[in-house]
Amino acid sequence: MSKRIDVKDLNVYYGNFRAVEGVNINIDARSVTAFIGPSGCGKSTFLRTLNRMHEVLPGARVEGEVLLDGDNLYGSGVDPVTVRSQIGMVFQRPNPFPTMSIRDNVLAGVKLNNKRMSKSDADALVEKSLTGANLWNEVKDRLAKPGSGLSGGQQQRLCIARAIAVSPQVILMDEPCSALDPISTLAIEDLIEELKTQYTVVIVTHNMQQAARVSDKTAFFNIAGTGKPGKLIEYGDTPTIFSNPTEKATEDYVSGRFG
Amino acid sequence: MSKLLTDAPAPAKRNTLTKNQLPGWAIWAVAAGSLILGAAVSSLIGFSLVSWALISAVIFVIAGYVVTLSVEGARKAKDRFATNLIFATFIIAVVPLISVIWTVLQNGIAGLSYNLVFTSMNGMTGMVDNETVANGTEVLGGAYHGIIGTLLITMWATIISVPIGLLTAVYLVEYSKGGALSRGITFFVDVMTGIPSIVAGLFAAALFGLIFGPSTRTGFVAAVALSVLMIPVVVRSTEEMLKIVPNELREASYALGVRKWRTVLKVVVPTAISGIASGVTLAIARIIGETAPLLVTAGFVNSINWNVFGGWMTTLPTYIYRQLMNPTSPTNVEPSMQRAWAAALILIIFVMLLNLFARLIARIFAPKTGR
Ligand SMILES: Nc1ncnc2c1ncn2[C@@H]1O[C@H](COP(=O)(O)OP(=O)(O)OP(=O)(O)O)[C@@H](O)[C@H]1O
Ligand SMILES: [Mg+2]
Repeated sequence: MSKRIDVKDLNVYYGNFRAVEGVNINIDARSVTAFIGPSGCGKSTFLRTLNRMHEVLPGARVEGEVLLDGDNLYGSGVDPVTVRSQIGMVFQRPNPFPTMSIRDNVLAGVKLNNKRMSKSDADALVEKSLTGANLWNEVKDRLAKPGSGLSGGQQQRLCIARAIAVSPQVILMDEPCSALDPISTLAIEDLIEELKTQYTVVIVTHNMQQAARVSDKTAFFNIAGTGKPGKLIEYGDTPTIFSNPTEKATEDYVSGRFG
Repeated sequence: MSKLLTDAPAPAKRNTLTKNQLPGWAIWAVAAGSLILGAAVSSLIGFSLVSWALISAVIFVIAGYVVTLSVEGARKAKDRFATNLIFATFIIAVVPLISVIWTVLQNGIAGLSYNLVFTSMNGMTGMVDNETVANGTEVLGGAYHGIIGTLLITMWATIISVPIGLLTAVYLVEYSKGGALSRGITFFVDVMTGIPSIVAGLFAAALFGLIFGPSTRTGFVAAVALSVLMIPVVVRSTEEMLKIVPNELREASYALGVRKWRTVLKVVVPTAISGIASGVTLAIARIIGETAPLLVTAGFVNSINWNVFGGWMTTLPTYIYRQLMNPTSPTNVEPSMQRAWAAALILIIFVMLLNLFARLIARIFAPKTGR
């Protein structure tokens, strides 16, 4: 239950501003792909086009194709809601629903969509998702307590549990560890390693070591200058990108000689 | 070891980080001095409680500044000045409020009887009041019909305003893209906020007059008039509350494959509900005391009317107004005065209960925190 993603000639706009230009990329199922690149080069923007979250911003639009196992997400008649229920997302800042308990946060995808589910099924889903997010042991005694009472790292793992509870095909993560301490970061990296066996994972990160540790493939984005669109410079196996890249810009960036 | 213990502690070294400090009682001394000086000054120009309070407050603010400046330095003095100024203005702002409540309590508590709360003015003529005064018996007749009218009309105004106001705010914040329609709505909501209440009353009276014939007066017409006043308040407060719901929560919901209307209904509104609820309650508190629009829309009666769709109706404010302006017995006005004050007390109690209720709702619905 995981699907591959193929992107063809994708241009992403905020109004008239082209933020990302001409991206072609093929992401395998059951793999971890890392997006790296300097700030403002369009990693988040591009990531958000992969589950049609980009267009919720006013004036934002997309040209090109994103194929999920061959089906174009931007084809006419495609419902963005269907797309998003197949491609989940974890955000940079943990954002549990403040009105809901830990349990309800995990079940949010089910409950908000008014799907009927027996209590035992719901309990099983909560345990499975929280276990999958490495959080079960820490919260199993306080499931009825509000999610906002958890630590930042726990909240982020709660958000991951919430995302995997709707059993998506793909999980997108935008700098999921940027607000976390090294131990929580490690917990999430371990988790990504496990998620890979069932899901296609795409992660944006500023942390080279993290990209090197968790990802199978790495995509390097860059920007020629302010006001210019971001571009995909190089995409390949992670070891190659970090030790033997073909592009000079990639080498400069991964070796820290950027700018 | 024992030597260390028996050693007398070294003489306390003065902390070099501290500066001169006023002792804690100094500010009270300044306050007391200002009160005495204020009394003296105000008796020079003809003593009154108000002038005494005002002059003392001014002296206190200035004296606090000067005293602190001379001992603690300029920065502390500015701090003291700002603090005292805020306190003084706060007290001046609260005094009228307390005095209103005090006056109403003082005058109203005597009339707050079973008769007042549970009987209407049906059959109460000037003769009854004259007899009451002559015999010194208990005042007959009450504001029961007014209480019912206030509750029913306010309830209907709320039933009309809350859905309209809520949906308008949801449209403005969640759906509009800043186009002509939303700018138009915002403009008219602003205009409506400033409408004098009598104009709202005339509007409702004229509207129903056109449809059901001239001088159609029912509780429902009054409820419509009050909605005109209430809707903008509900829209404004709900709008503000929806705006502060973080966008991240909406995105989190969308990313789970939840439709927009469900996101609004189940994430955005619940997150903002405590603020919305207290906004609505304050809007109710604002209209419950309206008088002028009710006189032209609901009319005035002495008997109980439970039907908002037929017949005239009395509310507490109009009841108070009539008892004061046209006492039941023109020669013996005391019973009417007593009824009016007691009705005012009931109205204030209603408003206070509403405010308590708003706090309760806010507490219940507030986003949960803690572990
Ligand atoms: N809501 C928006 N409206 C207009 N322009 C935007 C918006 N969000 C981002 N941009 C622009 O799009 C470009 C790419 O931004 P994006 O957030 O994708 O960068 P990023 O690679 O994720 O950077 P970072 O690593 O700092 O998160 C930037 O030039 C940015 O200014
Ligand atoms: Mg980003």
